[in-house]
Amino acid sequence: MFSNLKSLIRYRGLITSLVARELKARYRGSVLGFVWSFINPLLLLLIYSFVFTWVLPNPTPGIQPYALFMFCGILPWTWFAASLSEAANSLIAGGNLIKKVLFPAEVLPIVSVLTNMVHFFLGLPILIAFLIIYRHPPDAWDLIWFPVAVVVQLVFTCALALLVSALAVHFRDVRDILANVLTLWFFATPIIYPMSLETVQRYKWIFNANPFTHLAVSYQEILFYYGPIGHWRWLSALGALSVLLFLACYWLFDRLRDSFAEAV
Amino acid sequence: MTPAIELTNVSKVYRRYSGRQFATLKSALLQRSILRDLQPSETFPALTDVSFSVPKGSTYGVIGRNGSGKSSALKLVAGITKPTSGTVRVDGRISALIELGAGFHPEISGRENVFINGIMLGLSKREIQDRFDDIVDFAELREFIDAPVKTYSSGMYMRLGFAVAIHVDPDVLLVDEVLAVGDEGFTHKCLDKFSEFRRRGKTILLVTHSLNLVERFCDEALWIDQGHVQTVGDPKRVVNAYLTAVEENEEQLMIATTAKALEQAGQEGQEGRDGSEGKKGGPVDPTDNMFRATEGRWGSREIEITDVTLLDANGQPSHVFHTGDPLAIRLKVRAQQPNDDCVFGIGLFNAEGVCCYGTNTYIEEMQPAALAGDGEATFAIDALDLVEGTYKIDVAVHKRDGYPYDYHRLLYTFRVKSRTHDVGIYRPRHSWKFSASVRFPATRG
Repeated sequence: MFSNLKSLIRYRGLITSLVARELKARYRGSVLGFVWSFINPLLLLLIYSFVFTWVLPNPTPGIQPYALFMFCGILPWTWFAASLSEAANSLIAGGNLIKKVLFPAEVLPIVSVLTNMVHFFLGLPILIAFLIIYRHPPDAWDLIWFPVAVVVQLVFTCALALLVSALAVHFRDVRDILANVLTLWFFATPIIYPMSLETVQRYKWIFNANPFTHLAVSYQEILFYYGPIGHWRWLSALGALSVLLFLACYWLFDRLRDSFAEAV
Repeated sequence: MTPAIELTNVSKVYRRYSGRQFATLKSALLQRSILRDLQPSETFPALTDVSFSVPKGSTYGVIGRNGSGKSSALKLVAGITKPTSGTVRVDGRISALIELGAGFHPEISGRENVFINGIMLGLSKREIQDRFDDIVDFAELREFIDAPVKTYSSGMYMRLGFAVAIHVDPDVLLVDEVLAVGDEGFTHKCLDKFSEFRRRGKTILLVTHSLNLVERFCDEALWIDQGHVQTVGDPKRVVNAYLTAVEENEEQLMIATTAKALEQAGQEGQEGRDGSEGKKGGPVDPTDNMFRATEGRWGSREIEITDVTLLDANGQPSHVFHTGDPLAIRLKVRAQQPNDDCVFGIGLFNAEGVCCYGTNTYIEEMQPAALAGDGEATFAIDALDLVEGTYKIDVAVHKRDGYPYDYHRLLYTFRVKSRTHDVGIYRPRHSWKFSASVRFPATRG
C-alpha cells in the first residue's frame, strides 16, 4: 500500500496534466471559456445578495452582510460536493483507461477533487472583491489559517473521493445515494445559518460530530468574522483525522483495485 | 538470458456476479454482506494453468479462437489485471497496444491528447516533446493535429493512438489485433515499425487472427484454446495445428447444418408424400426450380435416397475440403419396386445459391439405369477446383422426363478451404509465365 502511495507522488505529472485537461475541456467550445469560472460564483453571490437583502432579508445579528456570510461557506462546500459527485463517477467514466491501459486508478478521483479545487480558487477573487465592496475586511492574521483549512479540506475530500469512487464501481447506487446525502449534509452544516444560532447550540454535539462543520466554521472565522480564530483546535484535530481517514480509504481502494478492471 | 515475459502456471478466473444483479449497497449493509457480495457467486475460468516464456528480442504470436483467453493473457502480461494464481513476470518497460486511443479526450486537440496519452503511457513531457514530430508524421495527421479529437474519423483516431503507443519505445510491445486499424499503407507502416523493433532487439507479443502474420513474422507461436495452452513452438507447426482444429470444428458445424436441413426437409417431405405433392413439396419438374435456392426435399419416393455421404481422398466421410482435393459424393438408394427409368443427378451451389455445376447421368448420355432393391452411386470429382467458401449440394434420382423420385435440394453442405484468397467460384488450374523483363523483388517481411 505504501509503495503505491509513493508512486502516487510519481504520478503528479499525470495528475497535473489531467487536471489541466479537465479544465480545458470543460470550457472548450464556450464563448466565455475560463471566465465562466468567475461568472458562476459571481452570479451565485449576486442572487444571494438580492434575495437576502431585498426579498427575504435575514436580520440575524452577527452574520451581516448575510450574503457574504453564506458565500464563505458555500464556496468550499461547492468544491466538496462537486468533487464527491464527480469522483463517484470517475472510475466508471474512465472505464476504458482502467480496463485497457495500465493506469493508476486512484488518479481519477483525485483529479476530480483537484479540478474542483481550481474552481474554488477561481471563485476566491469574487469573494475578495465582495469583501472589499462590503467593506468587511477579515483579520489579516487569521488569513494564515486559510491555507491550513484548504489543505485539511483537500485531504478530507480526497479520502471520501477514493471511498465513493471505489464503492461506486461495485454499487452503482452510491451515486444516487451520494446526491441525497450531500443535500442533507449541506443543511446539516452551519453554512446558511451560523454556529452561534440558539438551536444549533442546543444540539451542539451533533454539529460537532459533522466534520464539515469545522471546515465551514473555520472558513467563516477566517474570512468573515473579525478577531482571532477560535476554531483552530477543531481544525487541527480534523486535519489529523483526515490523514487517518485518507489512509483508511486508500487502503480500501487499494484492496478493491484489482477488481476495477473487471467490474467497471 | 532471462526471458522478457514469463508466465508460470497462470490461471485467471473471472467473476460473474450474476447473483448480484439486484444487490444494492443498502441491502449489502443491512445484511452485512459487503465482503460476501464481493466474492464471486459464479466463476468463469478464462485461463487455466498457462505457462509460457518469451525470450528477449523475439516476436511471439498468440493465436486462438474468439473467447479462448488470448486477450486475457495479454492483459495479465500488461499488468492491467492480476492472475488468480501463478506468477507473471515481465522484464522491461511495456507498452500495450490493446485499445488504441484509450483515454483520448474528445474535446481537446490532438496535440494535447498526444501529450496526455504519452504521460499516461509513462513518458515524461520532455520525451514526448522530442518525439512529437515523429508521432504526428507517423499518424499522418499534421494538418489536423490542432483540431479536437472528436472531429477525427475513427481511422485518424486509431492512427494517432497507435502512433503514440509505438513511440513510447518500450522494451516489450504487446499488440492485440490492432493492425486492422488503417488502410493498406498504414498497415505496412506498422509492420515496418514492428520489423524495426525486432532489429533493435525488442520483444513483441502479438495476439492476432491473422495466421499469415504469425507465420511470416513470429519466431515462436502459442495456441490457446478455452484457456488452455494447446501447442507452443514453431509458428508454421502451431498454425497448422490450429487450422486442423478449426477444420474439425467446421466439420462439426457442417454436420449440424446438414442434419438440420435434413430434419426440416424430412418434415416437409412427409407432408409432400401424403398425396399433395407439387402443391407444397415443390415443383414436379425440378429444372423449373434449378436456379432458385430453397432447401427442401420432394419426390414420389418410388426410389429413395437413403444416405448421402461426402468422401475425401482417403474415402473417409468429411465436410471440409481443400481446393484441389478430390471429393466424392456417394448416394445410397433403395427402390421400392424394380425400376428401369432411373437417372442420377448432382448439382453444386455456392453460398449465394449460384449453380456452379450440374449434371446427371442422362445428360452424360447414359441410358436410364435399372435398379432393384438397394444400390449405391458415387459421383467422384478428381480435383475440387473451387475457391474458398461454403457450398451446398443437390442430389436427385428421377425419371428421364424429370419426374422426381427423390429430390434433395441444398440439403448437404461442405466447405472448401484455401490458403489463397482468390475470388470467384471456379479456380482453374493455372500458372503464370513472365518475360525476363518482369522481375519480382523478394517478398517483404
